[in-house]
Amino acid sequence: MKKLLPFLAACLVLALSSFIVLRPVAAGYQVGDKATDFKLKNVDGKMVSLADNKTAKGYIVVFTCNTCPYAQAYESRILALHQKYARQGYPVVAINPNDPAVAPGDSFADMQKRAKAKQYAFPYLQDETQQIAKAYGATRTPHLYVLTRQGNDFIVSYIGAIDDNSEDASQVKTKYLENAMTDIIAGKPASVNSTKAIGCTIKWKRA
Amino acid sequence: MKQLKFLALAAVLLFAVPGLAQQVTVIKLPELQKRLSRQNDTTYVVNFWATWCAPCVKELPHFDQLTTTYANQKVKVLLVSMDYASQLDKKVKPFVAKRGLKSEVVLLNEPDPNSWMDKVDSRWTGAIPFTILVNSAKKKRATFEQELTAAELNKQVQAFMK
Repeated sequence: MKKLLPFLAACLVLALSSFIVLRPVAAGYQVGDKATDFKLKNVDGKMVSLADNKTAKGYIVVFTCNTCPYAQAYESRILALHQKYARQGYPVVAINPNDPAVAPGDSFADMQKRAKAKQYAFPYLQDETQQIAKAYGATRTPHLYVLTRQGNDFIVSYIGAIDDNSEDASQVKTKYLENAMTDIIAGKPASVNSTKAIGCTIKWKRA
Repeated sequence: MKQLKFLALAAVLLFAVPGLAQQVTVIKLPELQKRLSRQNDTTYVVNFWATWCAPCVKELPHFDQLTTTYANQKVKVLLVSMDYASQLDKKVKPFVAKRGLKSEVVLLNEPDPNSWMDKVDSRWTGAIPFTILVNSAKKKRATFEQELTAAELNKQVQAFMK
């Protein structure tokens, strides 16, 4: 028995380490994970948290920015998503994670200008420390996370792209996010809950 | 007969060499997959980039340099532009010409990343620059979803050459 315990412990360590090796890119959230709340500065100067809006059934959190051509190509579609889903309880929250020192067009002042010019009807928050993008596992802009409320928690229900054609909204064949929202609003798990999309790399702070 | 040989040589010099540098072929996924799965002992360095992507443009010269550095070795660079196909003549071709890129440049015309990205590499989350180093004979494959410095890139290629 005395010899068995260290052996079992060794087995456990081995099993755990192989598990880690098998999931090397599991940084950030997977569908089903509980998402952290945040307190980030909006373009109007006020701090915004997920918990603020008591009536929200969830959120469409989009990591986006001013400068990325893909983010720009999707901007009007993001505005339309808010139009459509805010009234169904899932407003858009946009978060800009780019370091303005690396991407000068993504300064807080530039965010304010863009939100005003394009009449954003949703918060446009600055992730100054980039901690939220890291916690969520966002890698690019735009990168979307649908959260659904469960009590005081927000559960990640969809991760990925808006649709299958970034260049031309009129050529879209599959609206990934809207399909997921249809399921989620019906109280079902999204049948396609994770999609890939090309985007601009998040401009991380230089170490 | 001599004249013919001369003409042939002139044609090769005139078209083949500058032609390779200037031309950008538009490809679809199966063609890219074919390139990535070639069963030989050449190390393929495949870099996904776009003209509008600042970190991509910054690291591009390091990749193009490999074509010169390893001219006599089994290393081949493929620069895969993720620009929209509609930008081929307006943006991509002028960019390639202006930079005088020596490596092969293709434009991958697949509008829905979700339909093909996993087939290229499941580790790719979707950000660019993205780079694959692959050598089928040596059963080696590495991916990088980040900007690489010249030193990092050379170190990786060296490791594949061993």
